Amino acid sequence: MSTAVAESPADIKERNKKLIGEVLEAYPDKSAKRRAKHLNSYEAEKAECSVKSNIKSIPGVMTIRGCAYAGSKGVVWGPIKDMVHISHGPVGCGQYSWGSRRNYYKGNTGIDTFGTMQFTSDFQEKDIVFGGDKKLGKIIDEIQELFPLNRGISVQSECPIGLIGDDIEAVSKAKTKQYDGKPIIPVRCEGFRGVSQSLGHHIANDVIRDWVFDKAGDKVATFESTPYDVAIIGDYNIGGDAWASRILLEEMGLRVIAQWSGDGTIAELENTPKAKLNILHCYRSMNYITRHMEEKFGIPWVEYNFFGPTKIEASLREIASKFDDKIKEGAERVIAKYKPRMQAIVDRYRPRLEGKKVMLYVGGLRPRHVIGAYEDLGMEVVGTGYEFGHNDDYQRTTHYVKDGTLIYDDVTGYEFEKFVEKVRPDLVGSGIKEKYIFQKMGVPFRQMHSWDYSGPYHGYDGFAIFARDMDIAINAPIWKLTKAPWS
Amino acid sequence: MSPNFLGKNITMTETAEKIRDHFDLFHQPEYADMMDNKRKQFENSVGEAEVARVSDWTKTKEYQEKNFAREALVINPAKACQPLGAVFAAVGFEKTLPFVHGSQGCVAYYRSHFSRHFKEPTSCVSSSMTEDAAVFGGLNNMIDGLANSYALYKPKMIAVSTTCMAEVIGDDLNAFIKNAKEKGSVPQDFDVTYAHTPAFVGSHITGYDNVMKGVVEHFWDGKSGTVEKLERKPNESVNFLGGFDGNTVGNIREVKRIFELMGVDYTIFGDNSDVWDTPADGEFRMYDGGTTLEQAANAIHAKATISMQEFCTEKTLATIAAHGQEVVAFNSPIGITGTDRFLQAISRITGKAIPEALTKERGRLVDAIGDSSAHIHGKKFAIFGDPDLCYGLAEFILELGGEPTHILATNGNKTWEAKVQALLDSSPFGVNCKVYAGKDLWHLRSLLFTEPVDFMIGNTYGKYLERDTGTPLIRMGFPVFDRHHHHRSPIWGYQGTMNVLVKILDKIFDEMDKATNIAGKTDLSFDIIR
Repeated sequence: MSTAVAESPADIKERNKKLIGEVLEAYPDKSAKRRAKHLNSYEAEKAECSVKSNIKSIPGVMTIRGCAYAGSKGVVWGPIKDMVHISHGPVGCGQYSWGSRRNYYKGNTGIDTFGTMQFTSDFQEKDIVFGGDKKLGKIIDEIQELFPLNRGISVQSECPIGLIGDDIEAVSKAKTKQYDGKPIIPVRCEGFRGVSQSLGHHIANDVIRDWVFDKAGDKVATFESTPYDVAIIGDYNIGGDAWASRILLEEMGLRVIAQWSGDGTIAELENTPKAKLNILHCYRSMNYITRHMEEKFGIPWVEYNFFGPTKIEASLREIASKFDDKIKEGAERVIAKYKPRMQAIVDRYRPRLEGKKVMLYVGGLRPRHVIGAYEDLGMEVVGTGYEFGHNDDYQRTTHYVKDGTLIYDDVTGYEFEKFVEKVRPDLVGSGIKEKYIFQKMGVPFRQMHSWDYSGPYHGYDGFAIFARDMDIAINAPIWKLTKAPWS
Repeated sequence: MSPNFLGKNITMTETAEKIRDHFDLFHQPEYADMMDNKRKQFENSVGEAEVARVSDWTKTKEYQEKNFAREALVINPAKACQPLGAVFAAVGFEKTLPFVHGSQGCVAYYRSHFSRHFKEPTSCVSSSMTEDAAVFGGLNNMIDGLANSYALYKPKMIAVSTTCMAEVIGDDLNAFIKNAKEKGSVPQDFDVTYAHTPAFVGSHITGYDNVMKGVVEHFWDGKSGTVEKLERKPNESVNFLGGFDGNTVGNIREVKRIFELMGVDYTIFGDNSDVWDTPADGEFRMYDGGTTLEQAANAIHAKATISMQEFCTEKTLATIAAHGQEVVAFNSPIGITGTDRFLQAISRITGKAIPEALTKERGRLVDAIGDSSAHIHGKKFAIFGDPDLCYGLAEFILELGGEPTHILATNGNKTWEAKVQALLDSSPFGVNCKVYAGKDLWHLRSLLFTEPVDFMIGNTYGKYLERDTGTPLIRMGFPVFDRHHHHRSPIWGYQGTMNVLVKILDKIFDEMDKATNIAGKTDLSFDIIR
């Protein structure tokens, strides 16, 4: 475990440099050169992290990344609860992403909501040879018959679709017409496109622009607008995150008219252009549609961070600053109300977590957004990296990290294992594929994608759970028992 | 307390003294109201009456007919794709790195899927093909990928399989691997096995079969023309193939124990029981245990090969048989009769007697069933999962006097259907059962409404059916994500069967208690002895 001796940033950077050199030595020269660009120490005052990002992964290295389908079906579209999302292609993609992301929603599954179901065209060899368009048409008919309360259908393309030349757009258009304008939405998120989940997010955003907004133009909102209407963008309601956020926004006097996309509905997507402000949590996966709404509908947007009381407080004020005094007062009232309660959480857990070092490797916004929550508990993030971040993510990261933080982009299994082995943090926060590796090494771990089946972690309620969970991980008695007394 | 935009007072539900989990937190009135308001104002919801009407309609015979008339749409299938089975098979060999040629997201999925079931790491790499590889083919990805894998992860063998992307564009693995070796990615004599495992053919059990066949052919048939084919010199040993199996850790260890008790010279062909059960002692073992490459090669000389799962190993067994070995296939034998047949086959092949220790275990299992089967007798069961597991479980339920009622394998075929039907025809307890090959769990949902059963046996996805239909789920098969460590317990052999028996009984007794535990109302028979 980490030693209590304070190291200077210069020492840390020297150690990191050596460590990066060591891991690169294991690669063939060509690959070492490519990987070197993704690994660095953060230099204080710099506006970026000095790593390359959003570049193809190297073959054969055990990248932790996923694919465009995962970014579209698994992240952006899948949580829209009142639509049926067809995993179009062979059976596997839909099977592996079935229910595993914990996008909570309220509804009667299989009747008016479909979030934890796996709809697939289960491609067979004949579909590859003769094409799957006819089958897709039939699938849509069967969905209409068996699930009459569905409010739309999306076609999430798997790899073969783009390779065999199917025209899912034509099928979708024809079926939309046949079913009186029902949203039937083709998504070209084949897994081989792009370098990671990230392109899938972008494609999914563009499809919302082209197939939801552009076609919903003449639909009338079912509610009267107010000056306080906002939309939550980029919260997937993992373990109920969006709910723990919405409750605060409502309490400060705002009205949330849409959730993108956790516990979301197609009606909410269609009505979002009526929002006065879009508030954006996961910048990476939904900045595209937010910028589009700014350009096309003039809706301003603001990024926020609902991890940990310090960042929540700042975010509530930032959001309130876009509104009148009523909302500003509302924000102050909410902050004042929760302050003592948050202090009580910190008082309970900080003594147990103070000074503990954390290494993160996650996707989306979390490699930076959760740092404040750890710091609220007296913990220190000493390494972080993004699975599928872009340069603008690393720029934003500079507002969070300390001088000398180890930065690793698209880290490989080999690198991550070596980094943790040498840095010996008290906690690693990453995904299911990494969890058991580090626990075998005796390093406490929390999954920072699924919240290890806990959560919510957003909002004030979420912070209480977050603090407790970090304590559970780090102070579990078992980590003191990994060595047999005789060995 | 402070008012929200509706004028309602909101209080915070989490405090330092009491931190609620999500399953409690979101049922607090603050959250319940918030969700109700969201639905009423913004979701364009159809209303509760209409939802209830449609919900009731989905429980009818009429809906079932429409549901069974489906020709194209698959809903909640109980099967995965070939490449998953490929990885399962590959990790069973000593220091072997599965290398999946195609899109990289697939590998992230397989690794996650296995880790969620086994609560263990699963090491596997991808050749990370992207758009340019779709146009030009994935040769360069293979060349660089093998070089990187070899340098970083120092495997003894690499087992190459494919995703559907590589299959659609038609990459030729044998030629690519040869090419990569010529370019020096790995040494010429380094073992790289390969299997084409298109996701649009068969299921995960087919992938297991193809990889095992690939390994057999590699070691026995001259390593793609690079060395002499092995000449079979029959010996007294027996090869064992477990098949794709959610209980592989417990089962393989149990089978080894049985072989050792019988004094049989055996080779577990594809032994992943250690790599998916490594200790937490400060060291991460990327590789552990597994069939050695020498064992894999020498397996050609065995007297016979026993497969525990016929439908997982059809091609592999055919290949092995063509090399002159006897092959014997079972269907995940569970129960007295199934285990008897398994042991008798080993005994017949090897000439070794079944030892007293195992006969005693048999007697103990008979004893246990005799003690408890009254609670199971006449109970109706739905069973779903992989074809062989369904067969083995059905045979055991019949033995217990239970009545299998619906048996469903999404990846079952006509041959399987006929085989299970023959089993049912052999017992008076099987007369009311129907077998469903190629159907999915949405079909089963209809069946559970129109022809209800007492219990259901299947994997974790069955919990959605338990919620919708109220049929208690006994978790068995793959994947089991929402209960921990079941994969460590065997379900094969007399001792494994004992575990299955106890699981079934526990669920029956738990349900009995749940139905009788309201004080002063239902607790007339809340018995202390069952």
